[in-house]
Amino acid sequence: MISRLEQLKLGALKELDLITDAKEMELWRVNYLGKKSELTGILRSLSSLAVEERKPVGTAANRIRTELENGLDQKKCALREIQLTAVTREEDIDVTLPGRPLPTGRLHPITKTINEVCEIYNSMGFQVTSGPDVEWNYYNFEALNIHDDHPARDVMSTSWVDIEADKDRGQMLLRTHTTSVTARVIESQNPPIRVVEPGRVYRYEATDATHTPMFHQIDGLAIDKGITMADLKGTLYEFARRFFGEGRGVRFRCDYFPFVEPGVEMAIECLVCNGRGCRLCGNTGWIEILGAGMVHPRVLERGNIDPETYSGFAFGMGIDRLPMLRYGIDDIRLFYNNDLRFLSQF
Amino acid sequence: MKISLKWLREYVDITLSPHELANRLTMAGTETEGMQCIGENWTGITIGEITDINPHPNADRLKLVTVNLGSEQTTVVCGAPNVRIGSKVAFAPVGAQLIDGHSGEPFRLKSARIRGVTSNGMACSEKELGISDSHEGIVILPDEAPIGTPLAEYLGDVIYDLAITANRPDCLSVIGVAREVAALTGQELHRPDTSYAEAGHPIEQQISVEIADPELCSRYCASLITGIRVAASPRWLQQRLLKCGMRPISNIVDITNYVMLEYGQPLHAFDYDQIQDRKIIVRRAAAGEKITTLDGLERTLSPDMLVIADQKRAIAIAGIMGGIDSEVADGTSSVLLEAANFNPGSIHRTGSALNMPSEACNRFERGIRPELVDEAIRKATKLIIELAGGQAAKGLIDVYPNQQDQEPILLTNEKIRGLLGIDFSTDRIVAALTSLGFTCEIATNSSGVRATAPYWRSDIKQEVDLIEEVARIIGYDKIPTTLLGTTLPSQSPEPMVKLKQMIRCHLRGYGFQEIVTYSLTSLEILRKLLPDNSIEPTPIRMANPMTAEQEYLRTNLRANLLTTLYSNRKHEDDSIRIFELGKVYLPRQNDLPDEPEILCALLNGPRQSKSWHEGDSPVDFYDAKGTVESLLHNLVTNLDFEKSSDASLHPNKQAAILIDGNKAGIVGELHPGVREAFDICEPTYLIEFNVTTLLPFTTGHKMFRPIPRFPAVVRDIALTVDREVPHHSIQSNIEGTHLVTKVTVFDVYSGGQIPGGKKSIAYRITFQSPDHTLTDDEVDKVQKQIIDKLSRELGANLRS
Repeated sequence: MISRLEQLKLGALKELDLITDAKEMELWRVNYLGKKSELTGILRSLSSLAVEERKPVGTAANRIRTELENGLDQKKCALREIQLTAVTREEDIDVTLPGRPLPTGRLHPITKTINEVCEIYNSMGFQVTSGPDVEWNYYNFEALNIHDDHPARDVMSTSWVDIEADKDRGQMLLRTHTTSVTARVIESQNPPIRVVEPGRVYRYEATDATHTPMFHQIDGLAIDKGITMADLKGTLYEFARRFFGEGRGVRFRCDYFPFVEPGVEMAIECLVCNGRGCRLCGNTGWIEILGAGMVHPRVLERGNIDPETYSGFAFGMGIDRLPMLRYGIDDIRLFYNNDLRFLSQF
Repeated sequence: MKISLKWLREYVDITLSPHELANRLTMAGTETEGMQCIGENWTGITIGEITDINPHPNADRLKLVTVNLGSEQTTVVCGAPNVRIGSKVAFAPVGAQLIDGHSGEPFRLKSARIRGVTSNGMACSEKELGISDSHEGIVILPDEAPIGTPLAEYLGDVIYDLAITANRPDCLSVIGVAREVAALTGQELHRPDTSYAEAGHPIEQQISVEIADPELCSRYCASLITGIRVAASPRWLQQRLLKCGMRPISNIVDITNYVMLEYGQPLHAFDYDQIQDRKIIVRRAAAGEKITTLDGLERTLSPDMLVIADQKRAIAIAGIMGGIDSEVADGTSSVLLEAANFNPGSIHRTGSALNMPSEACNRFERGIRPELVDEAIRKATKLIIELAGGQAAKGLIDVYPNQQDQEPILLTNEKIRGLLGIDFSTDRIVAALTSLGFTCEIATNSSGVRATAPYWRSDIKQEVDLIEEVARIIGYDKIPTTLLGTTLPSQSPEPMVKLKQMIRCHLRGYGFQEIVTYSLTSLEILRKLLPDNSIEPTPIRMANPMTAEQEYLRTNLRANLLTTLYSNRKHEDDSIRIFELGKVYLPRQNDLPDEPEILCALLNGPRQSKSWHEGDSPVDFYDAKGTVESLLHNLVTNLDFEKSSDASLHPNKQAAILIDGNKAGIVGELHPGVREAFDICEPTYLIEFNVTTLLPFTTGHKMFRPIPRFPAVVRDIALTVDREVPHHSIQSNIEGTHLVTKVTVFDVYSGGQIPGGKKSIAYRITFQSPDHTLTDDEVDKVQKQIIDKLSRELGANLRS
């Protein structure tokens, strides 16, 4: 009986080897492993065998059954592989053809810069706020210690609005700096205050590669008990570190702005020459980035904040200059000409 | 202001290198904007004397010139027309670095054979030395120039271009800067000698001065010098003026300018004999009063301007410019020298009104101290006697009705710590202030000092001003760096900031490029927006427009976007989608304009970038509307559209955007006439809405809806209706039905088997119940209800 089983197995496996499709394989399964197959018959009739024969025949039959089943599984896999290879060989594309394009829009480099700058200050607790572009003389100048005959007005040539002046707030103008928002915040909010104020500003100036009648600034303000110039330095230093990168030298020097005292100017090591001196930095190795200082006591008083109790710092920075430095853009007009060949680069 | 280092060294010993000095000044508030190092590259160039000139054997226009360099003599070829025996010249040996007289490029001098004669060096022109562009002849040095001395030692200098801040008019002078240098480097200031011999009659007997308006003139000081000779200034004086950017005129005028540069106090010299009745009156001009100024122009004055007058007429516009009648000219023999102090505001207004900026005006309008006049007038008088001869009358005229002394200001250590975040010892504070000329007294009842500003400082008014002085002298770099440790203010972000950012990000995702255009525009461009060229609303005009293109504040973003579209179409044939999110400026009565934030977007050209994938169909109304729907569904809950009538848009292809029934914007095709006005060829679609109006609708709180537990049933129906029946009314009819959760239109068709005047429109309807699985019967029943209702209300028929 056992030799019959061995013979059966050899025959079956030989036959299995020659099979090339699923249909033949099914026939083979029915033939050798099906209910009516010889092997199943033998397994069923084990009970009718003599006791001493029952065990060895049973063991051999079950072993052979497992071997045939394994053989069948292997064959299935092999056939599946052959089939998939055939199918995928047919499905051939040119992967070097371009993909189906998704629409790609972009934000304006000025918007991106404002977002980036605001995000840095946001993370230090400064909230974004805003004010009007068309402003009263009072908020743009008077409230900031810049009276009518102040020489600082000469460097901020003003575009005036052709509407009769208000007797308290003066002539309407296009704000020359976003510091006008600082004046409004000081007047309308109570300490603690931490805000940044991005926006458009205007100057009465002829257009050239470094001047446009409209550009962008961001001002910032922090007022509370015990705010010091050390905090001002720390905050601005942190900004410079995050915007311009670790390791870029930062310098704070004395400067004058009527609404702060002491006044500060912050410069960074030139991005082109790294401080050695070149044309961009006028051979100084430094590039002025922003003006700042401790808010002048008279400015606080005008906003009904007691300078004996509270102190604070303010800063103001040109936005347009930042992407110009970062990308080496040499003409500020490019931002406002809106040529898509320029804008699509950012 | 331009300052010569050589001149500066007369008042203060400088041990720093020129670059270090520039850096120290910059850090302490006097920014060095530029530095010109004269003679930096003059290595080897020395002063020589021409001892012999012989003709060149082979060239008529060249000469052989022998130069004595002290230790040696050398003969070189020279072609300059101005060589003379005995002239002192700048001699460059072989190897010296010079500037090419023709190309302007630097080069190193080599030994050369010129027409057969070897020349080992040359006498240089100003251009070759890099001093100026003059190349007509060689530099002829003064006779006293020492032979053999390096030229850099004799002529070299460093010219600093300093940016003096508006609060420091005292630094608009060499002595002012010298004081800063002294304070920053711990040196003493050497004060120049201003003494001179007085002679003749007392000045009071020869001139009287009356200040009629003490508000506009706080002090008037004068000296009188008789018997002078007007001539050219000596070379050293001319050189100093030239280095500081001023043109030499005559000894008297040059001295007034020189002393102004030295002390920062403007001066003016009158021809004494032209002053009628020997009386000076400082008064306001009469309305319409005329004066011809030194530049030969007749000026008409107004009563807010101050003049210096004699009994008959104005002889100068105070602090601005002298009159031609009393000008110091060749024949002048007596000079009345004025040093006065005028009101800064008045000078500023007069200078701007007459458009006469000047060095004097620049100093007065920044508010210099009246105390500057004393030394300045003495120094100028001394120089006139020395350089123009003559003698000074005894004494000075000094009218100073309301002398104001500097008041001491209390500066506490506590305040310094509170503002700077660092403690400085009282000794250190006193040292810093004293170095700047302050007088300090230790405060008795608090820890600190009482400091009085020196007479030349006009900017020290309160404690913080003293704190800045201490900080800048000790150095801002000594102040520590800390992060804000104070309470974080409560966070209430402006919702508009976030909304704007969301809109921008969505549109970017939809393939739109953001643009930023000017707020100012022209009437001409605004006119193009309406077919009848009217402008609504009237834009706000600027009082001083720079150009006609920048005369009015924009009332919409459309015009700028269309202009941008046009200019980009010239070079771009692919799809253009652009948007701007910014303010427009709408006039309001008696208040600042309304500045709503507007979004405006344009779509133009092919729907998709040209590629090998799909055909290129152009964008249409539904691309624009789809953009609005995608964008606003993200932001608001109740969005709707209705037919609208914007005159800039195609009358049949536009819809108002409704949010909760409120009109918030518009979407549509640009009116062909408007499009043509902007030279745009293809149909163009516009989206515009007021983000400020939108804002309140975007702040609603969203609530979670559970995912349906029971399966949905989907049915498609096709209807025929009259062409005029809008999709919207069919949709809302279906949507209102029980169990209907979603309605999608998926086909609109007319023509073919559809009868004329009718259209076929097909919907996919989703039915779903929150509490059980729907049966076919249930759905059939509802579907029948829908069709009956559509048939009854809209005359729709179900297509089989």
